[in-house]
Amino acid sequence: MSVANRPVHRPLSPHLQVYRPQLTSVLSILHRATGIALSVGALYLATWVIYAAADAKAYALFQSFNMSIVGRIVLGGWLFCAFYHLANGIRHLFWDAGYGFELKDAYRSGWIVVAVSLIATVVSWIVGLGLV
Amino acid sequence: MSDLRTPLARARGLGSARDGLKHWWAQRLTAIALIPLIVWFAISLVMLSGADYAVARAWIGSPLVMVLLILTIVVGLHHGQLGLQVVIEDYIHGDGWKLALIVAVRFVAVIFGLAAVVSILRIGFGG
Repeated sequence: MSVANRPVHRPLSPHLQVYRPQLTSVLSILHRATGIALSVGALYLATWVIYAAADAKAYALFQSFNMSIVGRIVLGGWLFCAFYHLANGIRHLFWDAGYGFELKDAYRSGWIVVAVSLIATVVSWIVGLGLV
Repeated sequence: MSDLRTPLARARGLGSARDGLKHWWAQRLTAIALIPLIVWFAISLVMLSGADYAVARAWIGSPLVMVLLILTIVVGLHHGQLGLQVVIEDYIHGDGWKLALIVAVRFVAVIFGLAAVVSILRIGFGG
């Protein structure tokens, strides 16, 4: 094997397992997790539109799942992910613009994100899904 | 000195593909566009989660909703695809799997996006 192709084994810095979870790191990984969930959920919501373009019977079948407990949990979970990713995404855009990097500010904006996404989620569940 | 990379690093040929900024910028641009779109979509979803066939079709088929819904789906799937690509690049280390997953994500996003857009147009134009 030539030098150019030989794999490099450089020492790695300490990784996640040595750090105590803190608000900033938990919110950071939650942004990724909700992003993945939203992407999968987007396919589900696209399917909804596709069924609406099909006949009434197919649509009714899809809606019966939507109205079931599992369907409500899927929709309610997607809404939470959407509100969280939206609020935290705006926080990220402020960082991209160069604002809010002080530790104090990062924690304050973090708690605002938690509050906003939880309130929006609960309101959406009460108003629309009849979950609470 | 114009290049700070070591001779070995240059021989390996890995490094910036000079493609990162475009991806980064597209992710931000779609993010900004999605702020109003997702707020609108989430409210609509809450209001229409129990809609029957006729109500759902009447809503989807109205001109303003058609435009906003197509925008939401296309921009949303593009944003999701860009984000998933970063996640895959971060966590999947085998080159084969990495490439296969990125390609698969793109294909799925395009197929579902196109199917949804065609469905919306079909409802709107009474096909």
